[in-house]
Amino acid sequence: MQDILKIRGLTKSYGHKVILSGIDIDVPAGSVMCIIGPSGSGKSTLLSCINHLESIDSGRVWVAGELVGYRERNGRLFELPEREVARMRQNVGMVFQQFNLFPHMTALQNIIEAPIRVKRVRPPEARKRAFALLERVGLADRHEAFPAQLSGGQQQRVAIARALAMDPQLMLFDEPTSALDPELVGEVLTVMKDLARSGMTMVVVTHELGFAREVGDAITFMDAGAVVERGDPRAVLSAPKERRTRDFLSRVL
Amino acid sequence: MQTATARRSTEQVVPLRHPGTWLATAIVLLIVGLALYSVATNPAFQWGVVAQYMFNGQVLTGLRRTLELTLAAMVIGLVLGTVLALLRLSRNPLLSTVSWIYIWFFRSVPTLVQLIFWYNFGALYSKISLGIPFGPTLFSANTNVMITPLFAALAGLGLSQSAYTAEVIRAGILSVPLGQTRAASALGMRRMMIFRRIILPQAMKVVIPPVSNEVISMVKNTSLVSVIALAELLYTTQLIYSRTYQTIPLLIVASLWYLIIVSILSLGQHFLERKFRHR
Repeated sequence: MQDILKIRGLTKSYGHKVILSGIDIDVPAGSVMCIIGPSGSGKSTLLSCINHLESIDSGRVWVAGELVGYRERNGRLFELPEREVARMRQNVGMVFQQFNLFPHMTALQNIIEAPIRVKRVRPPEARKRAFALLERVGLADRHEAFPAQLSGGQQQRVAIARALAMDPQLMLFDEPTSALDPELVGEVLTVMKDLARSGMTMVVVTHELGFAREVGDAITFMDAGAVVERGDPRAVLSAPKERRTRDFLSRVL
Repeated sequence: MQTATARRSTEQVVPLRHPGTWLATAIVLLIVGLALYSVATNPAFQWGVVAQYMFNGQVLTGLRRTLELTLAAMVIGLVLGTVLALLRLSRNPLLSTVSWIYIWFFRSVPTLVQLIFWYNFGALYSKISLGIPFGPTLFSANTNVMITPLFAALAGLGLSQSAYTAEVIRAGILSVPLGQTRAASALGMRRMMIFRRIILPQAMKVVIPPVSNEVISMVKNTSLVSVIALAELLYTTQLIYSRTYQTIPLLIVASLWYLIIVSILSLGQHFLERKFRHR
């Protein structure tokens, strides 16, 4: 099966502080990759490198076979102009820990903004699609609500619908339930499970080990900017091979 | 309903009394009353003359000029201020430094001095030419012809206003969380679009109250222009009282008009703020 996401030797540092050192990751089409690890291990930075919200120091990231953020010529990487990067980002949906909905727009406006402005979808069509997506995340009746009128769980579900409205081939989730009250986590995970079952390729940075076990096709444990262990979620979570994975899991569980 | 009332009446709760507040209110009312009485009855205020000049054609022309100056100077201030704010936030250190120096300079020199300076610009450069540097001249004019009092007024008021507005707009832009830009970028939006569609509308909420204050200040700052003999509201009344020696009533005419304009603007500010307040 074709890899939707392929990462090779990804390195990133801020000044002298190394954030990511030599990451390799493959995510086949239609599969769910969960990334776990202690805070500060570089998980979120890794996600931001996948859609070039962060630049990289070396290595390569391919999404659907296309090199992300750079053009390679004579073995050197040249950063692409903003136009090219923006075009590529349409193909990668992203969901943030803090939702980041646009507070001055209603749920519906949040969802149709990018399709209309970026993809030039005709407004009636964009609205129709937005309603279908709101239906899918169980919020069809809240389309006129502003973000501040929605609960955290509802905001995150709108944010997922907003990302899906661009018809991405890959969805990135950056700790999507970490900012939620415990009783609201379930509704967001349900939407994500439904999305995984529908065949969406997903990379999910999460602390929800139950979700990783149930939905994940693969799991990657990161520590100090490097991949420590990877494999089948059930195997890694119940019988980790590396000591650092064991330590982390014993602290989380 | 009745049972609730009955239950409530069984308990007697006596709120704390504030006799001091009542005393203060009485004193204030007395002072205000005395002041109003004196203003109304003192013949030196010459209310008849005030009424006579309130809608005088010359005064109304001056009023119109004041409104035009306010509008034009604010437009210059807002447009130039937005550009300066963006330069100031630029990653390029040269651009942000140039903007910083501009803001520093135009906020430091009093507007009154700037007005007089622009009015006398001819003393610095007697000719203004437009052309290719070190090449042919395309256009040339005598400075004293080019720089009319109106030009000097707009330059003086507009340029110093832009320095203040730039800081207000910069604060507005910085008040929008970085996550907004990240979310919009992740959707494939580009920088200009993100600024226009996502950042600016949110910055507006923060920017509107201080900018409304600036507009109100500008209405009154236009009176500085009277020093370069531009016939706005204040200078017009000055022209009249220098002829009739009815100084006080004419200054009251000007003050009343400033009061009216500012009141209307404050009302506008109230509605604008309500429009941009998101739920």
